[in-house]
Amino acid sequence: MQDLDALISQAKAQIEDASDIAQLDTVRVEFLGKKGLMTKQLQTLGKLSPEERPKAGQLINQAKQAIQQELNEKREQLQQAELNKKLASETVDISLPGRANEQGGLHPVSRTIERIEHFFGDLGFEVKSGPEIEDGFHNFDALNIPAHHPARADHDTFYFNPELVLRTQTSGVQIRTMETEKPPIRIISPGRVYRNDYDQTHTPMFHQVEGLMVDKNVNFTELKGVLYDFLQHFFEEDMQVRFRPSYFPFTETSAEVDVLGKNGWLEVLGCGMVHPNVLRAVNIDPEEYTGFAFGMGVERLTMLRYGVTDLRSFFENDLRFLKQFK
Amino acid sequence: MKFSESWLREWVNPAISSEELAEQITMAGLEVDDVAPVAGDFNGVVIGEVVECGQHPDADKLRVTKVNVGEEELLDIVCGAPNCRAGLKVAVAKVGAVLPGDFKIKKAKLRGQPSHGMLCAFSELGISDEGDGIMELPADAPIGTDLRDYLQLNDVAIEVDLTPNRADCLSIAGLAREVGVLNNLDVTEPSWDDVEPSIDDTFPVTVTATEQCPTYLGRVIRGVNVKATTPLWMVEKLRRSGIRSIDPVVDITNYVLIEFGQPMHAFDLDKLQGGINVRPAGEGEKLVLLDGNEVELQSNTLAITDNRGPIAMAGIFGGEATGVTESSENIFLECAFFAKLAITGRARQYGLHTDSSHRYERGVDYQLQYKAMERATQLIVEICGGQVGPVVEAGDSDKLPKAAEITLRHARLEKVVGQAFERTQVTEFLQRLGMEVQESELGWKALAPSYRFDMEIEEDLIEEVARIYGYNNIPNISPQAALKMNDTKEAGIPLSRLRQLLCGRGYQEAVTYSFVDPKRQELLHPGEEAMVLPHPISVEMSAMRLSLLTGLLDTISYNQKRQQSRVRIFETGLRFVPDSDAENGVSQVPMIAGAISGTVNQESWNQENREVDFFDIKGDLEALIELSAQANKFSFARCEHPALHPGQSAAIMFDGKQVGVIGALHPQHSKAFGVSGKVFVFELEQSVVTQRALPDAKPVSKFPANRRDLAVLVSDKIAAADLINCIEKVGGNQIVGVNLFDVYKGKGVAEGMQSLAISMTLQEQDRTLEEKEIVATVDKVVAALATEFDASLRD
Repeated sequence: MQDLDALISQAKAQIEDASDIAQLDTVRVEFLGKKGLMTKQLQTLGKLSPEERPKAGQLINQAKQAIQQELNEKREQLQQAELNKKLASETVDISLPGRANEQGGLHPVSRTIERIEHFFGDLGFEVKSGPEIEDGFHNFDALNIPAHHPARADHDTFYFNPELVLRTQTSGVQIRTMETEKPPIRIISPGRVYRNDYDQTHTPMFHQVEGLMVDKNVNFTELKGVLYDFLQHFFEEDMQVRFRPSYFPFTETSAEVDVLGKNGWLEVLGCGMVHPNVLRAVNIDPEEYTGFAFGMGVERLTMLRYGVTDLRSFFENDLRFLKQFK
Repeated sequence: MKFSESWLREWVNPAISSEELAEQITMAGLEVDDVAPVAGDFNGVVIGEVVECGQHPDADKLRVTKVNVGEEELLDIVCGAPNCRAGLKVAVAKVGAVLPGDFKIKKAKLRGQPSHGMLCAFSELGISDEGDGIMELPADAPIGTDLRDYLQLNDVAIEVDLTPNRADCLSIAGLAREVGVLNNLDVTEPSWDDVEPSIDDTFPVTVTATEQCPTYLGRVIRGVNVKATTPLWMVEKLRRSGIRSIDPVVDITNYVLIEFGQPMHAFDLDKLQGGINVRPAGEGEKLVLLDGNEVELQSNTLAITDNRGPIAMAGIFGGEATGVTESSENIFLECAFFAKLAITGRARQYGLHTDSSHRYERGVDYQLQYKAMERATQLIVEICGGQVGPVVEAGDSDKLPKAAEITLRHARLEKVVGQAFERTQVTEFLQRLGMEVQESELGWKALAPSYRFDMEIEEDLIEEVARIYGYNNIPNISPQAALKMNDTKEAGIPLSRLRQLLCGRGYQEAVTYSFVDPKRQELLHPGEEAMVLPHPISVEMSAMRLSLLTGLLDTISYNQKRQQSRVRIFETGLRFVPDSDAENGVSQVPMIAGAISGTVNQESWNQENREVDFFDIKGDLEALIELSAQANKFSFARCEHPALHPGQSAAIMFDGKQVGVIGALHPQHSKAFGVSGKVFVFELEQSVVTQRALPDAKPVSKFPANRRDLAVLVSDKIAAADLINCIEKVGGNQIVGVNLFDVYKGKGVAEGMQSLAISMTLQEQDRTLEEKEIVATVDKVVAALATEFDASLRD
């Protein structure tokens, strides 16, 4: 019987030398395989006396276990090394950009309109829209701008014919709403409006959001309150706001609203208490109901909010401009 | 309306600064647009007299002068102005003076001659840019007096942007009234002694159109010297009101216009024939205006006529033939009240706009005419001399406007404004505004003054009370309302959701004009009639869009020309299609449209990057459709669209009705639109994607699903979607999913054929399918495809 210790040493040495799993397998087969050296050792047991056999058998098994343990440890070691190598080979440059999934963006005018819709939506104002080619009744008559009124002869209006225009304000939507709905009414109407004017500070098309609230006790302090609140929230800063008397045919107790900007007061809104003639035109009794209305220029608000300096850039649709509004 | 602050302060002089005054009237509704000094910033300029004026020995154009500025020694000053002469009163910038632009006057020698100062022109003092020579001051100008004091140059010109209802403030008198109200101060009108008529001469006047002209005053003044010089104080006041001095008679009528707001006109009496009649113009009657232009009058225009015909457009413009000139000696002065409605819009009809028409259109005080006539008479006699005849009046005072008696209820006032008001305070406000006020049990009865014709109803008074009280003294209070929920339908998809979806797919929103170039639109929509603006900004912006495509293609072109070759844009908005059945003859339908060109992705280190194709944009459109949860109601049908590539375009169908188009821009339009490369577009009616089907949940089958793949050969004229539909129909409930996963043409597939690889998922709700059932179903499908499409299984 060969010296078991020598065998173990020999096995350990070969295990130690194995550089990959395949070599390690060769070593395992050589020592622990069916025809391996340790198997051969077991076969020698038959030559021993029955008294010696258990002892010798035990020793051989211990040796086998020792080798197996060495094998296991080495295997684990090699597997770990292999995994590490694989992982190392799979390393990527995490600074490289991901696969493109570019996001577009809303037009700044839409973005402002959506913000305004949210603020007033929270107060229960419904969003209404209407036609942009509008008849004289909805654009003028019902808004207390009768045929002879200077505002009607205004050369700023795009006429198709004396009774058909591109709407100059979205107020027609208010009339259409009041024609079909009974108070209480709370609506805003955003949309395109048109004036025949084109220069650095005027484009022939721009956007307005108008609002209307009609109920039994709507009053001027509430108009002031809601607009003051809106401006604070829209600009997200403590804006100085002033209400200045003005004139609109469709409101009486009319005001323009200015905010204090870096270069002085800037007009951002027109508003007032709905003129009784406007309510009468849609069969609402001005004795029973009062209302307020307001209108704001979306482009003006957007310019102030984001520092846009040229009104015309809103309609050039230069992607380099638009992409700044993500 | 532009006015001089110091002129205003002659009438009413509150103890507040110019800035405070501007702020105060702005906050009263008279918005101040501009406050500008009436002269440049200078000092050290005094009045002097040229005592000697001789030729410079070494310069033809220079004069050597000695000027008395009230000091011990005369000043030697060299001057180049041709109007410099001995005896002239001049403005002298002494040594040490600083002129506008920080120009310092120093002792100097000009071509060897000493010059200790400078004689100034108006333009050099920033007073006006007119005139070549030095200022010529009146002979009585006091020598040595500081010019700023003499001309009251420490004054500002205030420009107010008046709203159309406040025509009463189109005069110093009106502004002074307003400032008086705001400061609770009395207003002092200038006083003068009316000139007593010294001759009996009159000129006959009749008014036919008494409705339009209830008051017409006329007066003859003989022996008027039109060559007289308008006094400097008047020239200056007019200048500060933005009016140039013409001749003394025109200057005086302009002065009264600014002072009281009453337009007037002077005729050359000797050029008038017969008598004056105020009547509607005859259609086509001709009149040469003071500016030399001839107009053909329309019958809606009120004319001042004499026996030969029109001599002026009432309230708008005088005629040349009867105008006052330098050689006029006798004049006929007109001062009338024309009704607002008689003048409104008429000036614009002829492309005119005058200070007079501006006031009459908005309303002139109908009780002002006698006062204005007397004021103008007094000034004419004072400045030009002359003998005055009596005032002749024509018209019909019954046709004058009547002051409305307006009731203001205390409760209504407080209800509309939303706060309490003291009764006495309201009474005081109304009185200060010039109203005759009577207190009553419910509130007040007020009679508006003749200059406040904008006061008609209770709301007008409410606004006045709020205005004088100060809008900014009224509290801001959050509205009170019943908490009523809005009726938000779950089936509605807000437009914002559609926008988000497209943004998430890399689209940038654009907003293009609703009016487009009719020529370009015609390319995309040949033969379709569009609404056209008769008076557009330009021809290129004259046709209302029939689709959003024109604007989007323009946007692609604009960006491609600016090195933005990869474009993905969308827009939402109305299209305008003439339609006799629609309201106002035009159908205005909200659309959503998109356009793409360039590469699929931005250039990247790790991504395929090809040019976009039809299926890129179709995928984006299908994503929108999928939001509606009723994709099965949509289909695509091959269509002929003049804008689109015939082989790569489709009509988008919803429930069998066309709701949009999708496809490649027809290459023949690329050049006209200035786009390069392939461009794909879609346009869809918003309404089909802003409504969605609500979920109707079914239990999920607990039994296994089986997948079977088929590869079928079929003619490439067959639409794949038809095959899919057929499979779904044949499969009934058993086939729960069909997916086309490969389309192949080319080697191994005969010309004109295509191979379609389709997977089917088979499943039952209540049991596991047996193999033979599966086979039977698949066989049924194969048979149906063979019958319907002549399809065969690919080996």
